[in-house]
Amino acid sequence: MSIKQYIQDVFNAIKSLLKGMRVTGYYFFHPKEIITEQYPDNKATLKLADRFKGEVVMLHDENNEHACTGCTACELACPNGTIKIITQFDITPGGKKKKALNTFVYHLELCTMCNLCVEACPTGAIVMAQNFEHSVYDRKQLTKTLNKPGSKLRAGIE
Amino acid sequence: MISLEAIKNAVQSWLQLHIGGTLALVAESILLGILVITLFAVLGLLLVFMERKVSAVMQIRLGPNRVGPKGWLQTSADTLKLMLKEGLTPDGADRFLFNLAPFMIMIAAMLIMAPIAFAKNFQIWDINIGVLYISSVASISVIAILMAGWSSNNKYSLLGAMRSGAQIISYELSAGVAVITMIILTGSLSVNDIIASQENGWWIFKGHIPAIIAFIIFMIAVTAETNRAPFDLAEAESELTAGFHTEYSGMKFALFFLAEYINIFIVCAVAAILFLGGWMPLHIGNWQAFNHVMDYIPSSIWFFGKTFLLIGLIMWFRWTFPRLRIDQLLNLEWKYLLPISLLNMLLMTIVAILKWYL
Ligand code: SF4
Ligand code: SF4
Repeated sequence: MSIKQYIQDVFNAIKSLLKGMRVTGYYFFHPKEIITEQYPDNKATLKLADRFKGEVVMLHDENNEHACTGCTACELACPNGTIKIITQFDITPGGKKKKALNTFVYHLELCTMCNLCVEACPTGAIVMAQNFEHSVYDRKQLTKTLNKPGSKLRAGIE
Repeated sequence: MISLEAIKNAVQSWLQLHIGGTLALVAESILLGILVITLFAVLGLLLVFMERKVSAVMQIRLGPNRVGPKGWLQTSADTLKLMLKEGLTPDGADRFLFNLAPFMIMIAAMLIMAPIAFAKNFQIWDINIGVLYISSVASISVIAILMAGWSSNNKYSLLGAMRSGAQIISYELSAGVAVITMIILTGSLSVNDIIASQENGWWIFKGHIPAIIAFIIFMIAVTAETNRAPFDLAEAESELTAGFHTEYSGMKFALFFLAEYINIFIVCAVAAILFLGGWMPLHIGNWQAFNHVMDYIPSSIWFFGKTFLLIGLIMWFRWTFPRLRIDQLLNLEWKYLLPISLLNMLLMTIVAILKWYL
Protein backbone atom coordinates (compact mmCIF):
# COMPACT_ATOMS: atom_id res chain seq x y z
CA MET A 1 0.00 0.00 0.00
CA SER A 2 1.52 3.27 -1.10
CA ILE A 3 1.43 6.38 1.02
CA LYS A 4 -0.84 8.07 -1.48
CA GLN A 5 -3.28 5.20 -1.32
CA TYR A 6 -3.16 5.30 2.47
CA ILE A 7 -4.03 8.97 2.68
CA GLN A 8 -6.70 8.54 0.05
CA ASP A 9 -8.23 5.71 2.08
CA VAL A 10 -8.41 7.88 5.16
CA PHE A 11 -10.09 10.72 3.31
CA ASN A 12 -12.53 8.46 1.50
CA ALA A 13 -13.48 6.82 4.78
CA ILE A 14 -14.11 10.16 6.44
CA LYS A 15 -16.10 11.34 3.45
CA SER A 16 -18.38 8.33 3.38
CA LEU A 17 -18.88 8.41 7.14
CA LEU A 18 -19.86 12.07 6.96
CA LYS A 19 -22.28 11.26 4.18
CA GLY A 20 -23.99 8.72 6.42
CA MET A 21 -24.07 11.15 9.30
CA ARG A 22 -25.68 13.74 7.09
CA VAL A 23 -28.61 11.43 6.40
CA THR A 24 -29.27 10.60 10.05
CA GLY A 25 -28.57 14.18 11.06
CA TYR A 26 -31.15 15.38 8.57
CA TYR A 27 -33.75 13.05 10.07
CA PHE A 28 -32.80 14.17 13.56
CA PHE A 29 -33.57 17.80 12.79
CA HIS A 30 -36.66 17.08 10.71
CA PRO A 31 -38.99 15.15 13.01
CA LYS A 32 -41.83 15.58 10.54
CA GLU A 33 -40.18 12.85 8.47
CA ILE A 34 -41.29 10.29 11.06
CA ILE A 35 -43.37 7.63 9.37
CA THR A 36 -44.65 5.75 12.42
CA GLU A 37 -48.41 5.12 12.30
CA GLN A 38 -49.87 5.06 15.80
CA TYR A 39 -52.31 2.23 15.09
CA PRO A 40 -54.94 1.71 16.53
CA ASP A 41 -55.16 5.28 17.83
CA ASN A 42 -55.37 6.64 14.33
CA LYS A 43 -57.58 3.95 12.85
CA ALA A 44 -59.69 6.54 11.08
CA THR A 45 -56.80 8.35 9.42
CA LEU A 46 -54.48 5.40 8.91
CA LYS A 47 -52.38 5.80 5.77
CA LEU A 48 -50.87 2.65 4.33
CA ALA A 49 -48.06 2.54 1.81
CA ASP A 50 -49.20 1.86 -1.75
CA ARG A 51 -47.30 -1.39 -1.92
CA PHE A 52 -48.78 -2.75 1.28
CA LYS A 53 -50.65 -6.00 0.62
CA GLY A 54 -53.17 -7.46 3.04
CA GLU A 55 -55.19 -10.12 1.22
CA VAL A 56 -56.28 -11.33 -2.21
CA VAL A 57 -59.74 -10.25 -3.34
CA MET A 58 -61.71 -10.79 -6.52
CA LEU A 59 -63.12 -7.74 -8.24
CA HIS A 60 -66.87 -7.69 -8.86
CA ASP A 61 -68.72 -5.02 -10.77
CA GLU A 62 -72.18 -3.63 -10.02
CA ASN A 63 -73.88 -6.47 -11.96
CA ASN A 64 -72.18 -8.95 -9.68
CA GLU A 65 -69.93 -10.11 -12.48
CA HIS A 66 -66.28 -10.95 -12.22
CA ALA A 67 -63.53 -11.61 -14.72
CA CYS A 68 -62.36 -15.04 -13.59
CA THR A 69 -62.51 -17.69 -16.28
CA GLY A 70 -61.42 -20.50 -13.98
CA CYS A 71 -58.19 -21.04 -15.89
CA THR A 72 -56.31 -22.04 -12.67
CA ALA A 73 -53.24 -20.03 -13.67
CA CYS A 74 -53.25 -18.41 -10.22
CA GLU A 75 -53.52 -21.78 -8.50
CA LEU A 76 -50.46 -22.98 -10.39
CA ALA A 77 -48.55 -19.79 -9.71
CA CYS A 78 -49.10 -19.84 -5.96
CA PRO A 79 -45.96 -21.19 -4.24
CA ASN A 80 -47.77 -22.53 -1.20
CA GLY A 81 -51.09 -23.90 -2.31
CA THR A 82 -53.19 -21.05 -1.01
CA ILE A 83 -55.63 -21.07 -3.90
CA LYS A 84 -57.93 -23.88 -4.96
CA ILE A 85 -60.06 -23.32 -8.06
CA ILE A 86 -63.11 -25.55 -8.36
CA THR A 87 -64.48 -25.51 -11.89
CA GLN A 88 -67.69 -26.61 -13.47
CA PHE A 89 -68.88 -27.03 -17.04
CA ASP A 90 -71.43 -24.56 -18.33
CA ILE A 91 -73.46 -25.18 -21.42
CA THR A 92 -73.13 -22.24 -23.74
CA PRO A 93 -76.14 -21.02 -25.76
CA GLY A 94 -74.53 -22.68 -28.76
CA GLY A 95 -74.89 -26.02 -26.99
CA LYS A 96 -71.19 -26.44 -26.30
CA LYS A 97 -69.64 -27.34 -22.97
CA LYS A 98 -67.40 -24.67 -21.49
CA LYS A 99 -65.19 -24.64 -18.39
CA ALA A 100 -66.15 -21.97 -15.85
CA LEU A 101 -65.45 -21.01 -12.26
CA ASN A 102 -67.55 -22.61 -9.57
CA THR A 103 -65.71 -21.66 -6.34
CA PHE A 104 -62.51 -19.72 -5.77
CA VAL A 105 -61.21 -21.05 -2.44
CA TYR A 106 -58.61 -18.85 -0.77
CA HIS A 107 -56.74 -19.96 2.37
CA LEU A 108 -55.74 -16.69 3.93
CA GLU A 109 -53.80 -18.46 6.67
CA LEU A 110 -51.38 -19.85 4.05
CA CYS A 111 -50.96 -16.71 1.99
CA THR A 112 -47.64 -14.89 2.10
CA MET A 113 -48.89 -11.88 0.13
CA CYS A 114 -46.32 -12.51 -2.58
CA ASN A 115 -48.51 -11.13 -5.37
CA LEU A 116 -47.60 -13.97 -7.77
CA CYS A 117 -51.20 -15.00 -8.33
CA VAL A 118 -52.22 -11.48 -9.26
CA GLU A 119 -49.43 -11.30 -11.77
CA ALA A 120 -50.29 -14.70 -13.20
CA CYS A 121 -53.95 -13.92 -13.83
CA PRO A 122 -54.49 -13.29 -17.56
CA THR A 123 -57.75 -11.39 -17.09
CA GLY A 124 -56.97 -9.25 -14.05
CA ALA A 125 -59.73 -10.87 -12.03
CA ILE A 126 -57.96 -10.72 -8.68
CA VAL A 127 -56.04 -7.94 -6.90
CA MET A 128 -54.36 -7.42 -3.55
CA ALA A 129 -56.41 -5.44 -1.01
CA GLN A 130 -54.98 -3.53 1.94
CA ASN A 131 -57.16 -4.82 4.75
CA PHE A 132 -54.96 -6.34 7.44
CA GLU A 133 -57.25 -6.82 10.43
CA HIS A 134 -57.66 -10.54 9.89
CA SER A 135 -57.68 -11.96 13.40
CA VAL A 136 -60.46 -14.46 14.09
CA TYR A 137 -61.12 -16.99 16.83
CA ASP A 138 -61.28 -20.02 14.59
CA ARG A 139 -58.92 -20.56 11.75
CA LYS A 140 -61.69 -22.14 9.68
CA GLN A 141 -62.93 -18.62 9.17
CA LEU A 142 -59.73 -17.81 7.30
CA THR A 143 -60.70 -20.09 4.42
CA LYS A 144 -62.63 -17.79 2.15
CA THR A 145 -64.59 -18.03 -1.04
CA LEU A 146 -63.65 -15.09 -3.18
CA ASN A 147 -66.35 -15.19 -5.84
CA LYS A 148 -69.56 -13.76 -4.45
CA PRO A 149 -72.65 -16.00 -4.41
CA GLY A 150 -74.59 -15.81 -7.62
CA SER A 151 -71.83 -14.01 -9.47
CA LYS A 152 -70.95 -14.94 -13.01
CA LEU A 153 -68.37 -14.29 -15.64
CA ARG A 154 -68.59 -10.93 -17.31
CA ALA A 155 -69.60 -11.30 -20.94
CA GLY A 156 -66.83 -11.07 -23.48
CA ILE A 157 -63.98 -12.37 -21.32
CA GLU A 158 -62.29 -15.50 -22.52
CA MET B 1 -27.19 33.43 41.31
CA ILE B 2 -26.63 30.30 43.40
CA SER B 3 -23.65 28.41 42.13
CA LEU B 4 -22.66 24.86 43.01
CA GLU B 5 -19.56 26.31 44.58
CA ALA B 6 -21.59 28.44 46.99
CA ILE B 7 -23.73 25.48 48.04
CA LYS B 8 -20.62 23.40 48.62
CA ASN B 9 -19.01 26.09 50.73
CA ALA B 10 -22.18 26.62 52.77
CA VAL B 11 -22.53 22.90 53.50
CA GLN B 12 -18.86 22.63 54.33
CA SER B 13 -18.85 25.52 56.79
CA TRP B 14 -22.11 24.34 58.37
CA LEU B 15 -20.62 20.90 58.95
CA GLN B 16 -17.40 22.36 60.34
CA LEU B 17 -19.39 24.56 62.70
CA HIS B 18 -21.80 21.95 64.01
CA ILE B 19 -19.83 18.70 63.93
CA GLY B 20 -16.28 19.76 63.41
CA GLY B 21 -13.01 18.02 62.65
CA THR B 22 -12.84 14.40 61.57
CA LEU B 23 -16.58 13.79 61.87
CA ALA B 24 -17.28 16.57 59.42
CA LEU B 25 -14.93 14.89 56.97
CA VAL B 26 -16.75 11.57 57.40
CA ALA B 27 -20.10 13.27 56.92
CA GLU B 28 -18.82 14.98 53.82
CA SER B 29 -17.61 11.69 52.38
CA ILE B 30 -20.96 10.06 53.00
CA LEU B 31 -22.70 13.03 51.42
CA LEU B 32 -20.43 12.77 48.40
CA GLY B 33 -21.14 9.06 48.05
CA ILE B 34 -24.86 9.74 48.07
CA LEU B 35 -24.42 12.54 45.55
CA VAL B 36 -22.43 10.36 43.17
CA ILE B 37 -24.95 7.53 43.39
CA THR B 38 -27.81 9.97 42.76
CA LEU B 39 -25.95 11.40 39.81
CA PHE B 40 -25.49 7.89 38.44
CA ALA B 41 -29.15 7.05 38.81
CA VAL B 42 -30.29 10.28 37.20
CA LEU B 43 -27.74 10.01 34.41
CA GLY B 44 -28.73 6.42 33.75
CA LEU B 45 -32.41 7.23 33.46
CA LEU B 46 -31.77 10.33 31.39
CA LEU B 47 -29.20 8.89 29.00
CA VAL B 48 -31.13 5.70 28.30
CA PHE B 49 -34.21 7.74 27.54
CA MET B 50 -32.22 10.16 25.44
CA GLU B 51 -30.64 7.33 23.49
CA ARG B 52 -33.98 5.74 22.76
CA LYS B 53 -35.50 9.00 21.61
CA VAL B 54 -32.49 10.04 19.55
CA SER B 55 -32.24 6.66 17.89
CA ALA B 56 -35.95 6.74 17.15
CA VAL B 57 -35.86 10.12 15.46
CA MET B 58 -32.76 9.19 13.48
CA GLN B 59 -34.50 6.07 12.23
CA ILE B 60 -37.69 8.03 11.51
CA ARG B 61 -39.65 6.34 14.29
CA LEU B 62 -41.33 7.72 17.39
CA GLY B 63 -39.61 5.81 20.17
CA PRO B 64 -41.13 5.29 23.63
CA ASN B 65 -44.32 7.35 23.90
CA ARG B 66 -46.75 5.44 26.10
CA VAL B 67 -45.51 5.53 29.72
CA GLY B 68 -45.97 9.01 31.11
CA PRO B 69 -46.10 12.19 29.07
CA LYS B 70 -44.28 11.58 25.77
CA GLY B 71 -42.77 8.43 27.25
CA TRP B 72 -40.72 10.25 29.87
CA LEU B 73 -41.40 7.61 32.53
CA GLN B 74 -40.40 4.71 30.28
CA THR B 75 -36.91 4.30 31.71
CA SER B 76 -38.20 4.53 35.29
CA ALA B 77 -40.67 1.78 34.52
CA ASP B 78 -37.88 -0.30 33.00
CA THR B 79 -35.75 0.21 36.10
CA LEU B 80 -38.60 -0.87 38.33
CA LYS B 81 -39.03 -3.99 36.21
CA LEU B 82 -35.32 -4.79 36.41
CA MET B 83 -35.31 -4.34 40.19
CA LEU B 84 -38.20 -6.75 40.62
CA LYS B 85 -36.56 -9.42 38.51
CA GLU B 86 -34.58 -12.26 39.95
CA GLY B 87 -30.81 -12.02 39.59
CA LEU B 88 -29.93 -15.54 38.48
CA THR B 89 -26.50 -17.08 38.86
CA PRO B 90 -26.14 -19.86 36.30
CA ASP B 91 -25.09 -23.37 37.29
CA GLY B 92 -21.39 -23.94 36.79
CA ALA B 93 -20.57 -20.24 36.97
CA ASP B 94 -17.82 -19.03 39.22
CA ARG B 95 -20.19 -17.59 41.80
CA PHE B 96 -17.80 -15.20 43.47
CA LEU B 97 -16.38 -13.61 40.33
CA PHE B 98 -19.76 -13.67 38.63
CA ASN B 99 -21.36 -11.63 41.37
CA LEU B 100 -18.37 -9.38 41.85
CA ALA B 101 -18.02 -8.26 38.23
CA PRO B 102 -21.02 -5.89 38.02
CA PHE B 103 -19.91 -4.12 41.18
CA MET B 104 -16.36 -3.92 39.95
CA ILE B 105 -17.44 -2.12 36.80
CA MET B 106 -19.53 0.32 38.82
CA ILE B 107 -16.72 0.99 41.26
CA ALA B 108 -14.38 1.79 38.38
CA ALA B 109 -16.94 4.23 37.01
CA MET B 110 -17.43 5.81 40.44
CA LEU B 111 -13.72 6.27 41.05
CA ILE B 112 -13.32 8.20 37.83
CA MET B 113 -15.81 10.77 39.08
CA ALA B 114 -13.25 11.98 41.65
CA PRO B 115 -11.09 14.36 39.59
CA ILE B 116 -13.80 15.58 37.21
CA ALA B 117 -14.65 19.24 37.71
CA PHE B 118 -18.40 19.68 37.35
CA ALA B 119 -18.36 23.42 37.87
CA LYS B 120 -16.03 26.16 38.96
CA ASN B 121 -14.31 24.97 42.17
CA PHE B 122 -16.67 22.03 42.35
CA GLN B 123 -14.63 18.88 42.23
CA ILE B 124 -14.39 15.92 44.55
CA TRP B 125 -10.64 15.56 44.55
CA ASP B 126 -8.17 17.90 42.91
CA ILE B 127 -5.11 15.75 42.26
CA ASN B 128 -2.17 16.94 40.24
CA ILE B 129 -2.26 13.85 38.00
CA GLY B 130 -6.00 13.97 37.29
CA VAL B 131 -5.91 12.93 33.65
CA LEU B 132 -3.45 10.11 34.26
CA TYR B 133 -5.65 8.92 37.12
CA ILE B 134 -8.71 8.90 34.88
CA SER B 135 -7.08 6.92 32.11
CA SER B 136 -5.59 4.37 34.47
CA VAL B 137 -8.74 3.81 36.52
CA ALA B 138 -10.80 3.59 33.34
CA SER B 139 -8.80 0.57 32.28
CA ILE B 140 -9.92 -1.31 35.40
CA SER B 141 -13.28 -1.80 33.75
CA VAL B 142 -11.73 -4.20 31.25
CA ILE B 143 -10.89 -6.50 34.16
CA ALA B 144 -14.52 -6.46 35.21
CA ILE B 145 -15.61 -7.31 31.69
CA LEU B 146 -13.13 -10.18 31.43
CA MET B 147 -14.26 -11.36 34.84
CA ALA B 148 -17.90 -11.36 33.79
CA GLY B 149 -17.16 -13.18 30.56
CA TRP B 150 -14.91 -15.79 32.12
CA SER B 151 -17.03 -16.58 35.15
CA SER B 152 -20.30 -16.92 33.23
CA ASN B 153 -19.34 -20.37 31.91
CA ASN B 154 -20.78 -19.49 28.54
CA LYS B 155 -18.88 -19.41 25.27
CA TYR B 156 -20.65 -16.32 23.99
CA SER B 157 -19.78 -14.42 27.13
CA LEU B 158 -16.17 -15.52 26.90
CA LEU B 159 -15.92 -14.53 23.24
CA GLY B 160 -17.48 -11.18 23.96
CA ALA B 161 -15.14 -10.56 26.86
CA MET B 162 -12.09 -11.50 24.79
CA ARG B 163 -13.10 -9.18 21.99
CA SER B 164 -13.73 -6.46 24.50
CA GLY B 165 -10.33 -6.98 26.06
CA ALA B 166 -8.52 -6.81 22.72
CA GLN B 167 -10.50 -3.77 21.75
CA ILE B 168 -10.09 -1.75 24.94
CA ILE B 169 -6.39 -2.46 25.21
CA SER B 170 -5.78 -1.42 21.59
CA TYR B 171 -7.84 1.71 21.64
CA GLU B 172 -6.53 2.82 25.01
CA LEU B 173 -3.29 3.51 23.15
CA SER B 174 -4.60 6.04 20.69
CA ALA B 175 -6.88 7.60 23.29
CA GLY B 176 -3.84 7.94 25.52
CA VAL B 177 -1.74 9.47 22.75
CA ALA B 178 -4.53 11.92 21.96
CA VAL B 179 -4.62 12.92 25.63
CA ILE B 180 -0.85 13.33 25.71
CA THR B 181 -1.08 15.53 22.62
CA MET B 182 -3.22 17.91 24.60
CA ILE B 183 -1.06 17.60 27.68
CA ILE B 184 1.86 18.87 25.60
CA LEU B 185 -0.04 22.12 25.28
CA THR B 186 -1.21 22.45 28.85
CA GLY B 187 1.94 21.17 30.48
CA SER B 188 -0.01 19.83 33.42
CA LEU B 189 -1.99 16.69 34.20
CA SER B 190 -4.21 18.39 36.75
CA VAL B 191 -7.78 18.85 35.58
CA ASN B 192 -7.95 22.30 37.13
CA ASP B 193 -4.81 23.50 35.39
CA ILE B 194 -6.03 22.16 32.07
CA ILE B 195 -9.28 24.06 32.40
CA ALA B 196 -7.53 27.20 33.61
CA SER B 197 -5.22 27.14 30.58
CA GLN B 198 -8.26 27.52 28.33
CA GLU B 199 -9.32 30.81 29.81
CA ASN B 200 -8.63 32.73 26.60
CA GLY B 201 -10.14 30.15 24.27
CA TRP B 202 -10.72 26.41 24.13
CA TRP B 203 -7.91 24.19 22.96
CA ILE B 204 -9.86 22.93 20.00
CA PHE B 205 -9.78 26.50 18.63
CA LYS B 206 -6.37 27.50 19.95
CA GLY B 207 -4.53 24.30 19.07
CA HIS B 208 -5.06 24.53 15.31
CA ILE B 209 -5.14 21.37 13.18
CA PRO B 210 -3.34 19.02 15.59
CA ALA B 211 -5.93 19.70 18.27
CA ILE B 212 -8.77 18.96 15.87
CA ILE B 213 -7.14 15.73 14.72
CA ALA B 214 -6.53 14.76 18.34
CA PHE B 215 -10.18 15.48 19.12
CA ILE B 216 -11.40 13.27 16.29
CA ILE B 217 -9.05 10.46 17.27
CA PHE B 218 -10.04 10.77 20.91
CA MET B 219 -13.73 10.57 20.09
CA ILE B 220 -13.22 7.49 17.89
CA ALA B 221 -11.05 5.78 20.48
CA VAL B 222 -13.40 6.41 23.39
CA THR B 223 -16.36 5.19 21.38
CA ALA B 224 -14.43 1.96 21.01
CA GLU B 225 -13.43 1.93 24.65
CA THR B 226 -17.00 2.25 25.83
CA ASN B 227 -17.96 -0.68 23.60
CA ARG B 228 -20.52 1.23 21.66
CA ALA B 229 -21.57 0.83 18.06
CA PRO B 230 -19.88 0.85 15.58
CA PHE B 231 -17.40 -0.86 17.90
CA ASP B 232 -19.87 -2.93 19.91
CA LEU B 233 -18.33 -6.29 19.04
CA ALA B 234 -18.22 -7.17 22.70
CA GLU B 235 -21.99 -7.23 22.75
CA ALA B 236 -22.89 -7.78 19.09
CA GLU B 237 -26.47 -8.87 19.72
CA SER B 238 -26.73 -10.52 16.34
CA GLU B 239 -23.65 -12.71 16.86
CA LEU B 240 -23.11 -13.22 20.59
CA THR B 241 -26.63 -12.64 21.98
CA ALA B 242 -25.31 -10.00 24.38
CA GLY B 243 -21.61 -10.75 24.78
CA PHE B 244 -20.13 -10.63 28.22
CA HIS B 245 -23.40 -9.92 30.04
CA THR B 246 -25.43 -12.67 28.36
CA GLU B 247 -25.90 -14.56 31.61
CA TYR B 248 -26.76 -11.59 33.77
CA SER B 249 -30.31 -10.74 34.71
CA GLY B 250 -32.20 -8.36 36.93
CA MET B 251 -30.25 -5.73 38.80
CA LYS B 252 -26.86 -7.24 37.96
CA PHE B 253 -27.59 -6.75 34.29
CA ALA B 254 -28.84 -3.26 35.07
CA LEU B 255 -25.48 -2.40 36.63
CA PHE B 256 -23.67 -3.33 33.42
CA PHE B 257 -26.16 -1.39 31.40
CA LEU B 258 -25.83 1.60 33.70
CA ALA B 259 -22.04 1.39 33.61
CA GLU B 260 -22.11 1.66 29.83
CA TYR B 261 -23.98 4.94 30.00
CA ILE B 262 -21.96 6.27 32.92
CA ASN B 263 -18.80 5.54 30.95
CA ILE B 264 -20.16 7.47 28.00
CA PHE B 265 -20.79 10.40 30.30
CA ILE B 266 -17.29 10.14 31.75
CA VAL B 267 -15.45 9.99 28.44
CA CYS B 268 -17.49 12.87 27.10
CA ALA B 269 -16.75 14.84 30.25
CA VAL B 270 -13.04 14.16 29.79
CA ALA B 271 -13.24 15.21 26.15
CA ALA B 272 -15.07 18.35 27.21
CA ILE B 273 -12.36 19.12 29.74
CA LEU B 274 -9.47 18.50 27.38
CA PHE B 275 -10.76 20.08 24.20
CA LEU B 276 -13.72 22.28 25.07
CA GLY B 277 -12.55 23.79 28.30
CA GLY B 278 -14.66 21.90 30.86
CA TRP B 279 -16.71 24.41 32.79
CA MET B 280 -14.87 27.34 31.20
CA PRO B 281 -17.33 29.61 29.38
CA LEU B 282 -16.68 30.42 25.74
CA HIS B 283 -13.96 33.04 25.83
CA ILE B 284 -12.38 34.60 22.78
CA GLY B 285 -8.90 36.03 23.28
CA ASN B 286 -9.28 39.43 24.91
CA TRP B 287 -12.74 40.49 23.88
CA GLN B 288 -13.50 41.63 27.41
CA ALA B 289 -17.16 42.49 26.84
CA PHE B 290 -17.99 39.24 25.09
CA ASN B 291 -16.17 37.18 27.71
CA HIS B 292 -18.00 38.98 30.44
CA VAL B 293 -21.41 38.20 28.96
CA MET B 294 -20.45 34.55 28.65
CA ASP B 295 -19.46 34.48 32.31
CA TYR B 296 -23.07 35.11 33.31
CA ILE B 297 -24.03 31.60 32.24
CA PRO B 298 -23.24 29.36 35.24
CA SER B 299 -20.22 27.14 34.85
CA SER B 300 -22.17 23.96 35.63
CA ILE B 301 -24.43 24.64 32.65
CA TRP B 302 -21.37 25.05 30.43
CA PHE B 303 -19.95 21.77 31.64
CA PHE B 304 -23.13 19.73 31.27
CA GLY B 305 -23.99 21.43 28.01
CA LYS B 306 -20.68 20.51 26.43
CA THR B 307 -20.78 17.00 27.82
CA PHE B 308 -24.26 16.36 26.51
CA LEU B 309 -23.32 17.79 23.15
CA LEU B 310 -20.53 15.23 22.90
CA ILE B 311 -22.83 12.47 24.12
CA GLY B 312 -25.16 13.46 21.31
CA LEU B 313 -22.27 13.12 18.88
CA ILE B 314 -21.49 9.60 20.13
CA MET B 315 -25.15 8.65 19.85
CA TRP B 316 -25.14 10.03 16.34
CA PHE B 317 -22.22 7.70 15.53
CA ARG B 318 -24.02 4.76 16.99
CA TRP B 319 -27.20 5.17 14.99
CA THR B 320 -25.45 5.85 11.71
CA PHE B 321 -22.57 3.44 11.30
CA PRO B 322 -22.66 -0.32 10.83
CA ARG B 323 -20.64 -2.56 13.14
CA LEU B 324 -17.03 -3.37 12.22
CA ARG B 325 -15.60 -6.86 12.00
CA ILE B 326 -12.92 -7.73 14.55
CA ASP B 327 -10.11 -7.63 11.95
CA GLN B 328 -11.34 -4.31 10.60
CA LEU B 329 -11.49 -3.02 14.13
CA LEU B 330 -7.90 -3.92 14.88
CA ASN B 331 -6.77 -2.71 11.44
CA LEU B 332 -8.36 0.63 12.08
CA GLU B 333 -6.50 1.00 15.34
CA TRP B 334 -3.06 -0.31 14.48
CA LYS B 335 -2.81 0.77 10.85
CA TYR B 336 -4.61 4.08 10.94
CA LEU B 337 -5.40 5.63 14.31
CA LEU B 338 -2.15 4.86 16.08
CA PRO B 339 0.29 6.04 13.36
CA ILE B 340 -1.82 9.11 12.69
CA SER B 341 -2.03 10.00 16.36
CA LEU B 342 1.71 9.52 16.84
CA LEU B 343 2.44 11.80 13.89
CA ASN B 344 -0.09 14.22 15.24
CA MET B 345 1.68 14.23 18.58
CA LEU B 346 4.93 15.11 16.82
CA LEU B 347 3.17 17.92 14.98
CA MET B 348 1.74 19.19 18.24
CA THR B 349 5.17 19.17 19.83
CA ILE B 350 6.45 21.37 17.02
CA VAL B 351 3.49 23.69 17.45
CA ALA B 352 4.12 23.84 21.18
CA ILE B 353 7.86 24.48 20.83
CA LEU B 354 7.36 27.23 18.27
CA LYS B 355 4.50 28.65 20.37
CA TRP B 356 2.14 28.83 17.41
CA TYR B 357 -0.88 28.59 19.65
CA LEU B 358 -2.34 31.61 21.39
S1 SF4 C 1 -50.31 -13.77 -2.83
FE1 SF4 C 1 -48.85 -15.42 -3.14
S2 SF4 C 1 -49.26 -16.83 -1.46
FE2 SF4 C 1 -51.00 -15.46 -1.59
S3 SF4 C 1 -52.46 -16.53 -2.86
FE3 SF4 C 1 -51.26 -15.20 -4.20
S4 SF4 C 1 -49.63 -16.49 -4.96
FE4 SF4 C 1 -50.49 -17.51 -3.18
S1 SF4 D 1 -58.32 -15.60 -10.90
FE1 SF4 D 1 -57.33 -15.27 -12.85
S2 SF4 D 1 -55.72 -16.81 -12.92
FE2 SF4 D 1 -57.07 -17.40 -11.26
S3 SF4 D 1 -58.51 -18.84 -12.23
FE3 SF4 D 1 -59.45 -16.82 -12.34
S4 SF4 D 1 -58.83 -16.01 -14.33
FE4 SF4 D 1 -57.47 -17.74 -13.90
